[in-house]
Amino acid sequence: MKGLITGVLVTLGASVASWTIASDDIQAVMQSSFVTKNQASMERLQQDAVQSVCSAPRGMPLDNKTLTTLREERLNAVVLPADGQYLGDWQRGAEVAGNGRGLQSSDDPTKPNGGNCYACHQLAPDEVAYGTLGPSLTGYGARGQSEAMLQYTWTKLWDTHAYNLCSHMPRFGAQGILSEQQLKDVMAYLVDPASPVNQTEQ
Amino acid sequence: MKTCYFWFTLLVISLSSWPLAAEDGVFDQYRDLMGDDNPAVFVIDEGEELWFAAQGPKSVTLDSCDLGLGPGVTAGAYARFPRYFADTDEVMDLESRLVHCMTTIQGRDLETVTEKPYSLRGDLGTEMEALVTWLAAESEGAKIAPEQTHAAERAMYTLGEEIFFYRAGPHDFSCATCHEQSGMRIRLQALPDLTSHSGAAEAWGSWPAYRMSQGLVRTMGWRLRDCFRQQRWPELQMGSEVSIALQTYMAVNAAGGIMTAPGLKR
Ligand code: HEC
Ligand code: HEC
Repeated sequence: MKGLITGVLVTLGASVASWTIASDDIQAVMQSSFVTKNQASMERLQQDAVQSVCSAPRGMPLDNKTLTTLREERLNAVVLPADGQYLGDWQRGAEVAGNGRGLQSSDDPTKPNGGNCYACHQLAPDEVAYGTLGPSLTGYGARGQSEAMLQYTWTKLWDTHAYNLCSHMPRFGAQGILSEQQLKDVMAYLVDPASPVNQTEQ
Repeated sequence: MKTCYFWFTLLVISLSSWPLAAEDGVFDQYRDLMGDDNPAVFVIDEGEELWFAAQGPKSVTLDSCDLGLGPGVTAGAYARFPRYFADTDEVMDLESRLVHCMTTIQGRDLETVTEKPYSLRGDLGTEMEALVTWLAAESEGAKIAPEQTHAAERAMYTLGEEIFFYRAGPHDFSCATCHEQSGMRIRLQALPDLTSHSGAAEAWGSWPAYRMSQGLVRTMGWRLRDCFRQQRWPELQMGSEVSIALQTYMAVNAAGGIMTAPGLKR
């Protein structure tokens, strides 16, 4: 199944990347400009279909039909938690949200990756060192814990492109950045009423 | 100057032990204290000495090196980079031009010269870092005016733009992820919008820069390598096409701005 989806995506990628100026040359340029360093290998410079489509310089027209097809492919490929349980331990989730390490050439590959949510999002109101590339998630738990809500949030974390094709947010599940357990823990950090994220009354 | 250096050392010590949230505050205090005194001045002197030092098997100085304005002309030269050089038939950045002069004029070995262009933490600085710092200072106050007359220079800009938006790696990051909007930050670090003139001018014009948290001068080549590290990509090579293309993209977006380097960074 996974192989099939990849095959379809690659074909799509080849046909839609027509906006590129020098797409044939760019691989050669990349290959001659970098060297593998520790875990950061040269294969990482190869794009998948989403990356290719979402690399259009600003103002370049994109084909809507392609975008919709790709987005639906991403949605169909989302893996929900095997046991149907979305929520883990918010305290461990806090660690995942604050940890900015993982997958850089300078990181220890034997240590678990972080989600680095604070790089882009405000979460617990008393943490002032938060970034602003993404919206504030403070008080996120007010949205409740309905099945629809939990599934939406899980999908957003698993593969953000399933909703918003060229989102700046990483695909934590689909790209294997976070484990299923880490995703559950971060989910709890977002929605558990006891989590610092939801202590919005001063 | 000596007392400034003392205060500076003290601040570096307090800065490195300061909690993240207070960093910007300490940095501002430091700036107030130092005024125009940037510890890079010591590196500028060192770079000038290196430029006029006879080196290599030919035992000659770099004084006949042509940085684009004629052999030995250093004033204002950096502000015109990256640019096309007919003798190599290539668009070059300052780092790759210096490597060219070291190997051709001084007859030095390419591998040795490019082996370790950037310091590791704790080092005292490299020859490349010192030369780039001095040459940047030789352009301080000059208008940023990279050459875009040769077709190769314009092609380099286009390539740079394409690379700027190229998403890859486990996190799907491109330069644009962090640098295509204004007023954004990661944690507490402000991110310049390098697609805009003002953002590019401020950023491009202020490198090389003295990094207080590292006690070293860093070049733009190093800055790009470190951003690629955060991007989860493999390691960018000094003088590579990607490095020159991205510098061309930023310099051209910055054209018309003023060179303020060597800058001073947290
Ligand atoms: C590199 C930046 C970046 C990182 C890192 C990041 N996000 Fe995001 N996130 C975004 C952006 C940008 C958006 C808004 C655009 C969108 O929805 O795609 C977003 C949207 C979201 C949303 C949807 C918000 C809503 O109102 O529905 C959730 C939930 C979310 N992020 C959670 C997380 C969590 C949890 C982490 C860490 C595991 C994380 N993000 C890491 C950039 C990031
Ligand atoms: C994951 C985030 C991220 C990515 C991707 C990224 N950068 Fe950066 N960049 C930063 C941060 C954070 C800083 C500020 C660092 C600091 O203050 O220590 C920065 C600083 C810079 C600066 C210096 C700005 C100044 O005024 O001092 C330049 C230039 C720059 N980046 C260029 C790039 C380019 C070109 C790329 C793509 C190759 C890139 N960055 C990719 C996060 C990123």
